[in-house]
Amino acid sequence: MILSLEHIYKDYIQGKMTVPVLKDVCLHVEKGEYVAIMGPSGSGKSTLMNIIGCLDRPTSGSYELTGKNVLSLNERQLADVRLRNIGFVFQNFQLLPRMTALDNVALPLIYAGIRKRARRAKAKEALIRVGLEDRVTFKPTQLSGGQKQRVAIARAMVNKPDILLADEPTGALDSKSSKQVMELFQKLNDEGVTVIMITHDSGIAGYAKRVVTIFDGELAEQKGETDQ
Amino acid sequence: MLENIRLSFQGIWSHKMRSFLTMLGIIIGIASIISIVSTIKGTNEEIKNNLIGSGNNTLSVMIYNQGYAYTIDSWQGPPDGFQEVSDETCEKIRALDSVENVTRYNERQYSESIYYKGEALQSVSVRSIDMNYFDTVGYMIRTGRNFIESDYKNFRKVLIMDRTAADNVFGNDDPIGKTIEINKAPFTVIGVAEQSRKFTPNINSIEDYYTYANDDAVGYLFMPKASWPIVYRYDEPENVIVKAVSVDDMEDAGKDTEDILNATVASTQTDFKYKADDVLQRAQKLQDMSAATNNQLIWIASISLLVGGIGVMNIMLVSVTERTNEIGLKKAIGARKGSILGQFLTEAAVLTSIGGIIGVASGIGMAQVINKISGVAVSIDVVASVIAVVFSMLIGLIFGLLPSVKAANLDPIEALRRE
Ligand SMILES: Nc1ncnc2c1ncn2[C@@H]1O[C@H](COP(=O)(O)OP(=O)(O)O)[C@@H](O)[C@H]1O
Ligand SMILES: [Mg+2]
Repeated sequence: MILSLEHIYKDYIQGKMTVPVLKDVCLHVEKGEYVAIMGPSGSGKSTLMNIIGCLDRPTSGSYELTGKNVLSLNERQLADVRLRNIGFVFQNFQLLPRMTALDNVALPLIYAGIRKRARRAKAKEALIRVGLEDRVTFKPTQLSGGQKQRVAIARAMVNKPDILLADEPTGALDSKSSKQVMELFQKLNDEGVTVIMITHDSGIAGYAKRVVTIFDGELAEQKGETDQ
Repeated sequence: MLENIRLSFQGIWSHKMRSFLTMLGIIIGIASIISIVSTIKGTNEEIKNNLIGSGNNTLSVMIYNQGYAYTIDSWQGPPDGFQEVSDETCEKIRALDSVENVTRYNERQYSESIYYKGEALQSVSVRSIDMNYFDTVGYMIRTGRNFIESDYKNFRKVLIMDRTAADNVFGNDDPIGKTIEINKAPFTVIGVAEQSRKFTPNINSIEDYYTYANDDAVGYLFMPKASWPIVYRYDEPENVIVKAVSVDDMEDAGKDTEDILNATVASTQTDFKYKADDVLQRAQKLQDMSAATNNQLIWIASISLLVGGIGVMNIMLVSVTERTNEIGLKKAIGARKGSILGQFLTEAAVLTSIGGIIGVASGIGMAQVINKISGVAVSIDVVASVIAVVFSMLIGLIFGLLPSVKAANLDPIEALRRE
């Protein structure tokens, strides 16, 4: 078991009101799985993903990642978990506009304390993996949406994390680019990367081997072609 | 760290205009301080050089009458109890540890009895000198010849002029061989002497300082000591110039020479006394005066640095807000709080250091302009320049701290939710 969420609650305090966003969420993911979390806008998908990604803490519940109780870690240790174990992909790419594709991809390696020459080699390798070897020196503004997202995926994968977390990775893409990105996810999953993808699009969710739905903060396993 | 510095340069470069405006306060502050410091240092060096004769270390021990420098009048006799300074006294002075060389002279200022081709030469003074004079005060014979022993032995009526006198009297003509009349006696010019080192006038008193400060300086005619009584009087009391071994020895040399000379004065004489120049003290006073006024200016310049620092803080705060996304992303991909803090602090420090360097450069430029316009001496202080750059960096660190802490504490979720 690479990831295990037990009875996760997340409340937001809004003035005097407490707004429950996640209600008793339990999720278990095995190594190498490809899971889609599907749900309508406002259902709590991003909130769940932030908790899985160690960017946020639940109000209550327990969370183990690769056997570690991450809720007991301090801020610095959480940063290291994000660095080593998790790769993020966002809907709006989140590339730094002044940097080349290569420098964007190499960014996490800086925090891993890797030397410049090795950084460039690894970043280049990651860009080759996503099929962008001819766009290495391009800046984000010179890339199409699909290319930007592939750069972001290369960045997420460059530290060889256990889990790839993607929040609406195709949300800003046309169908052709979306398909390319999904093929890339498939390829990475085939190579053994655990993929957790958030989407409100059932077509996109269909690429995953397993789909869980979230509705109003409550998680449910979707029956169907999945093995559960 | 190096990576941070590189990225900072990149960031500063990509926002050239904004970076420049941010640095402006620092640039102005540092530039003013550097130009002020350069002016202080230049003035001090000038005062010191001029007053204590840079490397020459000579000072005069002259006769004073109740605090005023005494000059003999032809019609009024010399003061009682004074004699020529004897060879023996000279040797005593030379034997002092602090003294390298010693000479004595007599002088008539603006004498009306000096003529060339029937025309009175009013802008020259005449001195009688012994054979040590030129060595002691650092003069060299430029053309013609120096006095020799036989000039003294035979009471020859020969003259050496200094450059100023030669220019004043003869202009472009060659002075050698010309005849100048002193008290009706014809003297032949045999040489022209000049300061051996350029631009470091031999200043023996504050009066000389003002004289040299003016372009129309008084010229000197020198004759052998032995010939003086031919045109003036016997037994005139002489002034002494001593060359100290070093600048630090000047005070001792002056005091001891003063004592030796005063011991030769008859004890009945109470009004007239030998007194050494207190040039060092005078230099110090002048330096203190110029420093005091300039210190106030430095305070004013410091305020502009403070304002500059606040400007940096202001822009950095805006920059943190603008770059919320970048900060959130960096945290998401594993940057620790410390990395973000380091990144922003480095940026602030690099920014203000560049400002400091530009400030030092423009300060040096400003000092040169001040020098060109007002003629005030300036001298670049390397230590002050280095301190200024380091100080600018500190300003960046101090005023960059608040924005950097703000950046480091940004909640990555909030940061990423934006846009
Ligand atoms: N910081 C917050 N403060 C208050 N409410 C929040 C905050 N973040 C999210 N929410 C609320 O939580 C709910 C779920 O949000 P989110 O997880 O972003 O949904 P999704 O990603 O599924 O669209 C929304 O109703 C949203 O308004
Ligand atoms: Mg969302």
